[in-house]
Amino acid sequence: MNAPAATVPAAIVPAAIVVGCSTGGLDALRTLLGGLDPRLPQAVVVCSHTAAETAELLCGLLTHVAPLPVAEAAERQSVRGGVIHVAPSGYHLLVERDGRFALSVDPRVQHARPSIDVLFESAAETWGAALVGVILTGANADGAEGLRAVRRAGGVAVVQAPEDAQAAAMPLAALDLAGADHCLPLPAIAPLLNRLCLP
Amino acid sequence: MSSVRPAEDAALDDIELELFVRAMQRRHGYDFGQYARASLKRRVKRLAAQLDCATVTALTDRALHEAALLPRLLEGLSVPVSDLFRDPPVFRALREQVLPTLASHPRINIWQAGCAHGEEAYSLAILLEEAGLYERSQIYATDISVNALEKAREGIYPAREAQQWSRNYLAAGGRRSLADYYSARYGLIKLDRRLRRHITFAQHNLASDTVFCEAHLVLCRNVLIYFSNPLQDRCLALFRDSLVRGGFLCLGLRERLDFAPVAGDFAALDPALRLYRLAGPAAGAPA
Repeated sequence: MNAPAATVPAAIVPAAIVVGCSTGGLDALRTLLGGLDPRLPQAVVVCSHTAAETAELLCGLLTHVAPLPVAEAAERQSVRGGVIHVAPSGYHLLVERDGRFALSVDPRVQHARPSIDVLFESAAETWGAALVGVILTGANADGAEGLRAVRRAGGVAVVQAPEDAQAAAMPLAALDLAGADHCLPLPAIAPLLNRLCLP
Repeated sequence: MSSVRPAEDAALDDIELELFVRAMQRRHGYDFGQYARASLKRRVKRLAAQLDCATVTALTDRALHEAALLPRLLEGLSVPVSDLFRDPPVFRALREQVLPTLASHPRINIWQAGCAHGEEAYSLAILLEEAGLYERSQIYATDISVNALEKAREGIYPAREAQQWSRNYLAAGGRRSLADYYSARYGLIKLDRRLRRHITFAQHNLASDTVFCEAHLVLCRNVLIYFSNPLQDRCLALFRDSLVRGGFLCLGLRERLDFAPVAGDFAALDPALRLYRLAGPAAGAPA
């Protein structure tokens, strides 16, 4: 499950980090994003089910802890490096090949909109091996398919250790279906991302 | 077992999608080439799965050889279903800020573009009814999909939606009970047929068709997000050209007018609710 870091192609510097979470996600995001290095040049894109009504509120809460600017992802807007983009409430967030965000109100996927699978799958198509996918705490199976797409495209998969997660179902589903290159307790994930992304 | 998927596989996906889009255009005259790619790809793949096609190429094969399949294809590629009074603050603003102005017109024409199963068209009908304006109103509700239009004409929805829709209706300033407008039976709700009396459901393709009415209000929500920039610009120009001077435009809450070439033609009435008003060529025209 916890594959050696040697499987990660050393030559590829990630262009983006995608993060998915659900139940318990706000606390997990505070810890994770709060630990990121302010020099990170990568775009960070967050899909959280916990923000069902209030992506704006989530942005506000994360702004206080994150060392990078936090903004709600807007349709047609370019994905910007060094910015934490948050999926708006009630819409699927996708990344287009030209590096811009797109939204959709297509049916819920895994009972969720925004769906982590939808974000991760489109991100995997856009960035291929230059992508890190992170699955955190959550009480459903969204994100497992998406993380599998990330790995199949050659990207790096990171999963919060289920025993460390407030809700273990999402990490467990991701590990079952996709596996992971790194399965770590929450406090260790930001340092890992900093290492992967600041070579 | 875990294998890195070669880049060629992703490229193959793109080729299959391109061929499908090409087939729809050449065989049926529907151009999806200006749809936003990522969500189009998801829809096409979902459609392939629903029609038991193992690949998008298999779907393309059927699209080419089974003419009768076209309505089903368009249904799968058109606007997804909505809710009655989705985003209640928008409908409250229409009720409180837009209808009082429209009331000054002897006839009120409304174009609701991308009507799916009719949820927003009927929501508008209820608003107009309660404002006492419906008898002199005409709602043109259009969609690319004839199957969707058929469903819209029926006005039948799953009863499980009723509770949320009732809350939406009240939050939008509804004066009665939403239940006054439907009957419930066998897990379904059926809207009062009288609501349909001033709605014309008609096929219209935003990617290729032109202006067909002079509208006082154009409502097109969560449709432009599926389009590329050039097609968005086309639609917005179409809306502008359809509107009377001082007419209103209402877009989806996450759609943006500010970067479009027509942006300068509109003034924001309530930018957070994406409610705009066409500025007249004559400055200082009466509101």
